[in-house]
Amino acid sequence: MHISNGIIDGPVAAIFAAFALAALAFCVLRGRADLDDRLAPMAGLVAAFIFAVQMLNFPIFTAGVSGHLLGGALAALLVGPWVGALCVAVVLVVQALVFGDGGVAMLGLNITNMAILGTAAAYLLIALLLRVLPRTPAGLAVTAFVSALVSVVVASQGFVLQYWLGGTTDLGGNLGGLAGTMAVAHLLIGIGEGLITATTVVTVAKVRPDLVYALRALKKPAVPAPAVPVAGGAR
Amino acid sequence: MGAGHGHVLYRESGSPVHRLPPEVKITAMVLFTVAVVATPREAYWAFGGYALLVVAVAALARVGPRWLLGRALIELPFVLFAFALPFLGTGERVGVAGLSLSVDGLHGAFNILAKGTLGVLASLLLAATTTTRDLILGLDRLRCPQILTQIATFMLRYLEVLVGEARRMRLARVSRGDDPRFLWQLRGFAAGVGALFLRAFERGERVYLAMVSRGYTGRMPAVWQGAGAATAGQWAVAATVPAIAASIAAAALVLQ
Repeated sequence: MHISNGIIDGPVAAIFAAFALAALAFCVLRGRADLDDRLAPMAGLVAAFIFAVQMLNFPIFTAGVSGHLLGGALAALLVGPWVGALCVAVVLVVQALVFGDGGVAMLGLNITNMAILGTAAAYLLIALLLRVLPRTPAGLAVTAFVSALVSVVVASQGFVLQYWLGGTTDLGGNLGGLAGTMAVAHLLIGIGEGLITATTVVTVAKVRPDLVYALRALKKPAVPAPAVPVAGGAR
Repeated sequence: MGAGHGHVLYRESGSPVHRLPPEVKITAMVLFTVAVVATPREAYWAFGGYALLVVAVAALARVGPRWLLGRALIELPFVLFAFALPFLGTGERVGVAGLSLSVDGLHGAFNILAKGTLGVLASLLLAATTTTRDLILGLDRLRCPQILTQIATFMLRYLEVLVGEARRMRLARVSRGDDPRFLWQLRGFAAGVGALFLRAFERGERVYLAMVSRGYTGRMPAVWQGAGAATAGQWAVAATVPAIAASIAAAALVLQ
């Protein structure tokens, strides 16, 4: 899913870099208000978790594309859309600078697909599903699963759009094939992502519901959320 | 816990490249990559020039070719796409070893492989000469919004927490009679991923609160920020690499 240098041409990469920069600036403005003593360590952990999870790469040999888990839905559920998008973006920036995962010149494209499109699609679905579905662990699990699945497929189609706009090699009529391959491959990855997201979020929601941003922001519980526990546990 | 962990790719050395301030190296690396990407793909000689530049910096940084090339294999899954292009591309075709390949596709594959590899090598050189702590410091000095550097700081810190917690949970499973081998341990891991996240969060939250109670306000201490900020001379020294790359790119564009 990480686009490496040279796959998309320069002008299109520059346009998406400008778009990503503007979107991230907006997220920074909105995210600042969210980032309190509870969210700061959570944002760090979510980013670390996504970083670790993105190391698992599934090469899709037939098409020559690779895919991996994205984590946008997990971030949106646990730290909200603004800080969530920033978490994914930070992961992508560090990967590009240090590990060479995804070209530095293609960062705008990668951030647009994975951090912005992925997280936005996930959060819109979460906001919708949490209102519609029953307020049970099963409802939350379904929300997490569906939003993760859809966000991965949406992000993969972002790449198809960018390739259509500025792919360096003309695939002719094969663009539809590329879209299909990406969609099917990422549907499979999305199922894995959905399962991991659902398990993680449901476990966290059972033990520390106050940590799940989506539950705090969208459900307005009657009881105020408990304060941050004091440090110094026995473990 | 504490600083000093997580330098997986860092190569300890006192070379001139290591001693350059991080913000200078980040800027040089990004500009170099942009110049490489802007080069037209038919200008083969230009990519040779960039490769020589990378070799020169690697030699200056005392990073061995074996380490560099071994680590560059990480790129492989990301450029697999390139190998499909000669088959998928359209237009004029040539026969190579009995295969009908698209000329445009071959150009495209070279384009992706050359630009991708040069980008990866540049990132690896940055990683080999800069600790993760310095990297964030550099981003901070480049006026990166504090919320981003804060997330990045915690991300790198908590990676260790996450790995440590996963190791402890695996040990607990093994000592209770689980016998994980190769891929099958994924099942046990998947079942415990929620618990892992929660345990890592609670440990991470204690780390955070300990930092807050020692005066952390979202930014690393001022001692780190002020000391060793880049001088004009250092900027000038590091600027040679992107300057050469930019002139190669400009020449390639003009000669096209």
